Amino acid sequence: MSRMAATRDGYGEALLALADNPKVVVLEADLGKSTKSLHFRKAHPERTVSCGIGEQNMLLVGAGLASSGYIPFASTFAIFTERAFEQMRNGIARPNLAVHLCGSHGGTHTGTDGSSAQSIEDLAIYRTLPNVVVMHPCDDVSTKALTMQLPQLGSPSYMRTARNKTPVLYEGREDEIEIGKGIVVREGSDVAIIACGVLVHEAVTAAEALAAEGVSASVIDMHTLKPLDTKLIDSLASSHGAIVTAEDHSIIGGLGGAVAEHLITTNPIPMERIGVPDRFGESAGSDEMLEMMGLKSHHISDAAKRAIARKD
Amino acid sequence: MVTVGDMMAEMSITQLEEMARKCRIEICKMTHRAQAGHPGGSLSEIDILCALYGSRLRAKPDDPDWEDRDRFILSKGHASPGMYAVLAEMGFISHSDLETYRVKGGVCQGHVDMKWCPGVDFSAGSLGMGLSFGMGCAVAAKIDGSTRNAYVMVGDGEIQEGSVWEAAMAAAHHELGNLKLFLDCNRIQNDDFCEAQMRMFDIPAKWRAFGWAVKVIDGHNMEEIVDAIKWMDTITNQPAVVIANTVKGKGVSFMENNPAFHGAAPSDEQLAQALSELGVSA
Repeated sequence: MSRMAATRDGYGEALLALADNPKVVVLEADLGKSTKSLHFRKAHPERTVSCGIGEQNMLLVGAGLASSGYIPFASTFAIFTERAFEQMRNGIARPNLAVHLCGSHGGTHTGTDGSSAQSIEDLAIYRTLPNVVVMHPCDDVSTKALTMQLPQLGSPSYMRTARNKTPVLYEGREDEIEIGKGIVVREGSDVAIIACGVLVHEAVTAAEALAAEGVSASVIDMHTLKPLDTKLIDSLASSHGAIVTAEDHSIIGGLGGAVAEHLITTNPIPMERIGVPDRFGESAGSDEMLEMMGLKSHHISDAAKRAIARKD
Repeated sequence: MVTVGDMMAEMSITQLEEMARKCRIEICKMTHRAQAGHPGGSLSEIDILCALYGSRLRAKPDDPDWEDRDRFILSKGHASPGMYAVLAEMGFISHSDLETYRVKGGVCQGHVDMKWCPGVDFSAGSLGMGLSFGMGCAVAAKIDGSTRNAYVMVGDGEIQEGSVWEAAMAAAHHELGNLKLFLDCNRIQNDDFCEAQMRMFDIPAKWRAFGWAVKVIDGHNMEEIVDAIKWMDTITNQPAVVIANTVKGKGVSFMENNPAFHGAAPSDEQLAQALSELGVSA
């Protein structure tokens, strides 16, 4: 059994590691204990700005800091970042100020807090903003590695992290993680399963089950939704001829949308999308939510078979 | 524009008043040329902008990105003709740039934009955002150990945005003595008089209750404005707001206190009358 960890812990570790850069500042909106920016705050209170429960203000304080040469990292729950979407749009993305926003507790996997806390649209809305890099890593190692790269990015970003623990995939493999580059987690030939976040792990389980049935599936961790690794997607499309996307996010506008939007212009092969159907969640455990929303490994393997069956 | 070291030369009251008159002329011309834009709020704010730029703001027109400059954030960014006119008077942009107001490719975008226009520190256009941005600039100055200030201007309609009060609360909490706010109380917003749209009751009391130092002035009396800017410098351990009672459309009789000129351009005949009232001989 591999080590289990929450991606938000990787975020917190990265902030602390980035503190050596005196330009790094942290902004909080009363959820630093949850998003894990608290480690930075404890070590560097002079570079941590409490914005109270005020997300709109927090994002634009970040914009002002970025315009003054600082590298602000702001975090709250994914769902509450959405309250400040227009601040992100008009105050950060439009002038291209490198504010780095992290939304933790994203997706239905966040569980028993219920539908009000389960952001299922964050990736879609931030993906529509010019200049904004959008990420949703699947383990704490990659979350830390991606976060550590943000000071060099020079443009704003949104990263979704998850509340609950998932298996660690990349222990000791930090050097393989790069913003904008998908990772081939498992190599196959019949179908490529492109996933992000917690569903990378469901995709791996699905691929194992498919193998037992004689179906060879690749699994790709597409931790960066924007800019999308279109080179990898095109290569997968031509080598596999069938694609499944999987995400703990609305079926509308997320990873599946991004991949479909690309392939429709380059190589429209059979494709199936696994995501939250057009509905809200409810209070339930993480696994129960994934089952309820059709996001478990068996849903993915069924979708893989459908995609393969649609090949010419 | 004459600069002395990193401090702009201090203009006399008479010089500032003359600068404001010239800027009013440009505001009318710009909105007339574009047949669009916001003359009313530009005319109400212009005396304050002239006083700030002409008597206090530390900035370098020939080096607009100078890191240690004071910031000025026009949060009511639709009142851009006023700011563009001042930037031209101070030498950040040329007077011919004013002809690009709302024109494709021009530095004078419809709303002031830091990516387009030298001397603009904030990309405005959506109300309720500038004070938060200014707070970020003030926090940065504090961490830097710099004495630079962040000046922000908001309108009285604008403070109906809830996010303004998030910023007001946070700035006081962080004791940002380097954050200075001008509130242009021209009493008119897009659709109607503020009083009809959303009564704000006791505005100075609200800011005091949020932990700010407050001064109320006549926003068209140049001496009072300059004194108020000096008063702001004496406030060092909390944010300060100058609440300026102004007249929307000030200086052009048919625009004064007229909600129709919040966002409407003068016609040819109206421009001629406006210029005449502003002392331009036919």
